[in-house]
Amino acid sequence: MLILAARRIASMILIMLVISVLLFVFFEGDKLNLAMRVLGPYSPPEGRLQWLAENGYNRPLLVRYFAWLGGFLTGNWNESAQFSAPVYDFLLPRLKNTAILGGLVFLFTVSIALVLGVLSGISEASLRDRSISVLSILTTSIPEFASATFLAAIFVFWLNWLPGSSSFSNGFSWVELVLPVLTLVIYNFGYYTRMTRASMAEVMSSQYVRTAVLKGLPYKRVVLRHALRNALIAPFTVMILQLNYLLSGVVVTEVFFAYDGYGKALYDAAMFGDVYLILAGAMIAVVVAVMSQFISDIGYTYLNPRIRFA
Amino acid sequence: MTDIAASPPRASRLWRIFKSVGLLRESRIGMFGIFLVLFWIFMAVFADLLPIRDPLAQSGPDLLKPWFSIGADGGNYWLGTDDKGRDILSRLIFGSRLVLFWSAFATIVAYAVGMMMGVAAGYRGGWWDEIISFIGNIFLAFPQMVLYIVILSQLGPQSPVGELLAAQGFDAVWVKGLTIVLAVMFATAPQVARIVRGIVLDLKTRDYVAAAEVRGESPLYIMIVELLPNARGPLIVDACLRLGYVTIAIAALGFLGLGLPPPDPDWGKMISEVRGYGAQASNAMIWPAIAISSLVLGLNLLADALREISLRD
Repeated sequence: MLILAARRIASMILIMLVISVLLFVFFEGDKLNLAMRVLGPYSPPEGRLQWLAENGYNRPLLVRYFAWLGGFLTGNWNESAQFSAPVYDFLLPRLKNTAILGGLVFLFTVSIALVLGVLSGISEASLRDRSISVLSILTTSIPEFASATFLAAIFVFWLNWLPGSSSFSNGFSWVELVLPVLTLVIYNFGYYTRMTRASMAEVMSSQYVRTAVLKGLPYKRVVLRHALRNALIAPFTVMILQLNYLLSGVVVTEVFFAYDGYGKALYDAAMFGDVYLILAGAMIAVVVAVMSQFISDIGYTYLNPRIRFA
Repeated sequence: MTDIAASPPRASRLWRIFKSVGLLRESRIGMFGIFLVLFWIFMAVFADLLPIRDPLAQSGPDLLKPWFSIGADGGNYWLGTDDKGRDILSRLIFGSRLVLFWSAFATIVAYAVGMMMGVAAGYRGGWWDEIISFIGNIFLAFPQMVLYIVILSQLGPQSPVGELLAAQGFDAVWVKGLTIVLAVMFATAPQVARIVRGIVLDLKTRDYVAAAEVRGESPLYIMIVELLPNARGPLIVDACLRLGYVTIAIAALGFLGLGLPPPDPDWGKMISEVRGYGAQASNAMIWPAIAISSLVLGLNLLADALREISLRD
């Protein structure tokens, strides 16, 4: 276990190093444009060069990289060129907002998927199973920006029930969370449902479930006590691994609803060429990706006694 | 050796394809998927011949008209107009060309690169595997959309890559399109590679691979001629799903303002162009959203039916 953890963390650090170097080199050619965007399109070229020099963008690439690396490790994540604020202070509240959004989406997606997946998995090829399958395929075919469009047209413009912008401009509000959460849940629950269904269907056709049914246990007890626990191992791992994909959809959804979160901040930063903000965002994404992989590995080992006691 | 000893006549390739389509007919859902995909392919191919308006023609008096409205020139706007008075129906139909062409192109490129990576990692093993998997993991560690945004925000027409492509004689649409293909390749090829690697690890223990090795075939020959064709079963289903994902990604990029340049009608861009008009733009926003969803639904249903068929035999 410890060796696994050490290997994972070592490879995570290596990947983070490579990605940060790549991003640094990649954005190096964009420096003059960055100065132009900071100072405005009509600023004199000398002014732009001076801005670059004053903010340390003209130092040799290696020096800049190691200065950034040292700062990153000690909690000084440099200053965002676009927002003239320390990256750390800028990103932290936005990460919190995205954590709220992502957490709610994950909660709802998993609950819906488990219920629907189990319901369709225990009666394979029935009408209920088929309807749930078709529903899952249908909803996974509607990308976030399309379902956001439908939801906005219905609930914002037609019924006028919900606000179309979730910028929290008047402080935190649950009402503004409804549409972004709904958008992401619609796109994501289908995949989880099908995963749960496949796993449940497989377990339900296994020998030991047949034995349990034949020895006269109540059906409900067979499903809840005997089948469910084994059926949930595979979907659990997949759901955690999907966190990374969830983050992709979060970017589009946050931009659509002007939700002031990590995804929108990263989008703005990339459009602006705000290299330090992008670096910090990318590092966080890598940590989330590797951590979720790690948690899913541990969870799998923990849930599966065949591996736990091996 | 006489002719009689030769292998029995093998059904022609065309006939076998025809037969597998016949299998699809048993699945009503699969047929609906094929219908949706063929519908959009038909629209894309025959867009010029259909009796529709010019997708780029603007009309001052007809801004953001609802569906089934009559224009200033007396003609119909079946699905209404957008914020510049352009006909939404014809923009959707001409847009299907862009969407289908660039998604298919990007998926094919990503698949070609991913298959080579996967088969090399799986068959060669050792350091090849370590290095290729590590490169793949670097790109997989990013959330896809972040990777797209980072690459495309920097590979504009003024970037070295953009200038290089422009110097080869590509116009603005092609330069942007090719950078999108490049971005899709970076994001998708590692995923394909991972799948192919898994299949190849299983296939390479088969006798026909050992036979080829004994015959003294080169590794490249074994990878391309022996391994890849035998991995095609699961890959066809995956390619179908993957094409759907790429279609979504490219349309999402259009929505985020990183897609093909205006005024060409890209479905994602059609939504973002009218988004600022609020309630008045509901009609103009909904149709492109329906179009993209229906195309992706078609691909997903098709993939589902193909998977069921492949599981049956």
